[in-house]
Formats: sequence, structure tokens, C-alpha cells
Amino acid sequence: MQNESRKQWLSSLATADENYLISLWDNLNMKIEYNWLREPEIGSVMVQGKVGATGDNFNVGEVTITRCSLNLDKKIQGHGYVQGRNKYKSKIAALCDALMQTEKKEIIKRNIIDKLIKYKNNKRNEILSKTEATKVDFFTLVRGEDK
Amino acid sequence: MYVSVKGGEKAINNAHSWLSEIRRGDVNIAELNIKQISEQLTLSVDRVMSEGSLYDKDLSALAIKQSRGDLIEAIFLMRAYRTTLPRIGSSKPIETSKMLCLRRISATFKDIPGKQKLGPTFDYTHRLLDFKLLADGEYEKAKIEKYDDKEIPHVLSFLNKEGLIQKEIPSGKTSKDITRNPINFPLTRSERLQSLSRGDEGFLLGLAYSTQRGYARNHAFVGELRTGYVEVQFEIPELGIEINIADVMFTECESVNQFKGSKKIPAQFTRGYGLVFGQLERKAISMALVDRSMRWKEFGEEYLGVAAQDEEFVISHCDNIQATGFLEHIKLPHYVDFQAELDLVRKIREEYKKNEQRT
Repeated sequence: MQNESRKQWLSSLATADENYLISLWDNLNMKIEYNWLREPEIGSVMVQGKVGATGDNFNVGEVTITRCSLNLDKKIQGHGYVQGRNKYKSKIAALCDALMQTEKKEIIKRNIIDKLIKYKNNKRNEILSKTEATKVDFFTLVRGEDK
Repeated sequence: MYVSVKGGEKAINNAHSWLSEIRRGDVNIAELNIKQISEQLTLSVDRVMSEGSLYDKDLSALAIKQSRGDLIEAIFLMRAYRTTLPRIGSSKPIETSKMLCLRRISATFKDIPGKQKLGPTFDYTHRLLDFKLLADGEYEKAKIEKYDDKEIPHVLSFLNKEGLIQKEIPSGKTSKDITRNPINFPLTRSERLQSLSRGDEGFLLGLAYSTQRGYARNHAFVGELRTGYVEVQFEIPELGIEINIADVMFTECESVNQFKGSKKIPAQFTRGYGLVFGQLERKAISMALVDRSMRWKEFGEEYLGVAAQDEEFVISHCDNIQATGFLEHIKLPHYVDFQAELDLVRKIREEYKKNEQRT
């Protein structure tokens, strides 16, 4: 269960709109002490597709990823794997990941993670409702032989 | 004899200064910023990401600005940057059936579960210049409607159920990355698809069109075309937890082609597959057609000796950076090589003259 919820917050942080995440974090105005385990580095992940959507894997192309790892104390580590090339976004993600394992969990969840989820859901709903408006309603014309 | 040439530094520096100035254009006109490009020239940005083989909108927009809008030059810049990135790993294969679709159409089935949805398309526009865009700021807002948030299954999966179309079953083989391993023909279909996905849109369009005109027996329908966002899943190495590390826009095309049967399998449709970054449906459809035409051997079809069937021809020439690298290098100084050729021609002509005088 711990893994399931960690998976969810790490996913929200990774795919967050970077400006939105940064503004949420900066608004909290938290001063956190940490040590780097790995300073932010920009790299890539190769995205794989499937042949014919269900067959063998194949490489489609890469996506830029920034990652870093830090610890708050010897026990608690945070990992910031995020989409894009923003080192600050990656650091915020690692800090949030670490803080979600402490008593500050509720503050981070309420002020950041929940808001990221809501933001993404709103975007999703916007796309779905616009797509729906372009749905085609076909009707078949009466053909000669049907008469 | 080789003669090395030096010099030209001043000319090169000054040429690049002028390039910088001309890129900026008339300074009385506002300068383009990266966000304007990534928001308003989205399809150029998509093409540069797709053929640059790197999904990053800001970088793509920067490359377009730097290259003065020359997309192949922009793709070159993306490819060069890509090679500097450490590879953190590989994603899990994406599930395009879970795509958040902006567009999803089928040219073969009218009534499909999940329905046909046109999305933001140029189709059915009249291709007349819209002079309203010359004026400032006016645009129509997208309409919205209530929806069911249900997964949209692939159209071909319905044909699959009846066994009417050839199934795509994993062989369990891992795919080799053609950007990290030398290419050895014949290739696996996975390797071909990687190469096509980053291949030049114009080249693939031309080849796909050639198959439609009869250069390879390959009449294709668009079984399904969809564009939208797909969650990319990646396992964090330190944690062993799989997360949604990126949201990436793809266009996917599944073509349905003429049927094929054998003693063991009754007649069934065959298929071609296209999958590319961004909203690039011309490219996705072209890719599916060319993928299909290269599968002739697999289906025991006749080799007609046409370009679109020849994987060595297609794969060796579809990469526009390889192509332009070799093509454009011939405009760089070749004085020494040419001098040698010149000497040779002079010598041959002299001998010819001598021979003529003798006769």
C-alpha cells in the first residue's frame, strides 16, 4: 500500500506542469535541510512502443528526464525523477518525496500532491469534453435497393 | 599529394555574425520567444521532436528558432543534443489503448465503440487562406460536451476477435536500439519501426504514395488513426517502483491491407503500423504503409523490386540527418580532391590530342 501511494505521488510530481509545481512549492516557503545523494542531472529515457500496439517492443524515441536524490537525515531519502530539463523541479520533487515520508506528509499532500492531481484531472476533463464535441453522428442515407 | 588548407576564420566568424543578425530579422518587429513557437507552431515542434527522436517541446522550439525555421537543420540540432544526454533507462512499452484521445477515427468502420472523434483537424477545411488571421487575436473557442470517461479500444481488436485480421503477437525478443548498435540487414520489424518513426516525413510520404500508385501490391485502408496523450511508465531504479514519469503525445495509425491466407490459416487481413511523437498523422499513415510493404517476405508475397519493398533502400535513406550530412558535405571545401581530378582530366585531354595528331 505504501508503494501504491508513493507511486501516485511520484507520478504526480514527475508529470506536473513545472511552473505550477514551482509556484505551489515556493508558496509553502519551507526551509528544509538536506544533503545531496545525487545532484540534479539531465538525461533521457527511451520510450518503447509495441509493434501493432500488442506485439514486440520497439524504440520510438527518447524523452528528456531530470533526476536527483537527496536525504533529510540518514533514514529518509527522496528521489526526484521528473519529465523535462528543469533541475529545480527535480529538486522540489525529491524534497516532496522525502517529506511525504515524514510528519510533514499532510502539508505536502494537501498543498501540493492533491493540487497536482486536481490540475491534471482538470486538463484531462477539458480534453475529453472538447474531443466529445467533435464526435461524429453518422446516419445512412436510404439507398436505391432499400426502397 | 595532399595540401592542407588553413584560413578563412575571419570570413567564418563574420558569416556567423551576419547569420545571427539575419535570424533576428527586422528589429522593429517583436522577437519570437520559445513559448510562442511551442504554443503556436505546434506541428513544426512535433515534427522536430519526432525526427529528432527526442520529446522535449522547449528544446524543439529553441531548435526551430535557432535554425530560422529550417526544420531539418532544427532536427540536426536536436539529434546533436540528444547524443549528449546520459540514458537513464528504457520505459515499459506504452499502452496506446489507454490513450487520452484528442482524435480517433476509422476509415473502415462507421460505428465503432468509443465513436469517431475528429479532434482539432485540418480535414474538411476548405484550404482557403484565412485573412482573418492577418488581423490580431481573433479565434474561435472549442466547444465542449458531456462525455463518458471510458477506455477507447483499438478498432482492429474487433476484427481480431473474429480472427479476420492477422494478430500481432509478441515474440519475446528484445529490440535492439538502432541508435546504439550498427545496423545489420535483414532487420527485425522492431528495428525497422524505430528507424521509420524517426525517418523523414517527406521521404516516407513519397514511398507510401508509391505503394498506393502500384509500386508494391499494397492497397491500404486506415483501420484506425488516433492522436493523444499516453502515460510513459518507468521503473525508478533506486526504488523498484514503476511510475508515470512522462506524458507524451503520440499519433498511431493501424492500416488494414489486403488479405492473405495459407494452407494453415484461412484468409485474413494484414496490417501495417505507424507510431510517432506528436500530432503527425501524415507521417503515421505513411509509416504504416511503408511498414506493410516491407513485410512482403513474412506474408510470402512476390518481390516486385520496388523501392518500398526493399528494406535496405528504405532504412538506409529515410534518415534525413544522415542524408543531409552526406549531401551537404559536398559543398564544403574539396579543393584538393578536385585539383587531383582536374590534373587527371588535363592529362587525359593532352593524351587524346597527341593521339589525334598522330592519326
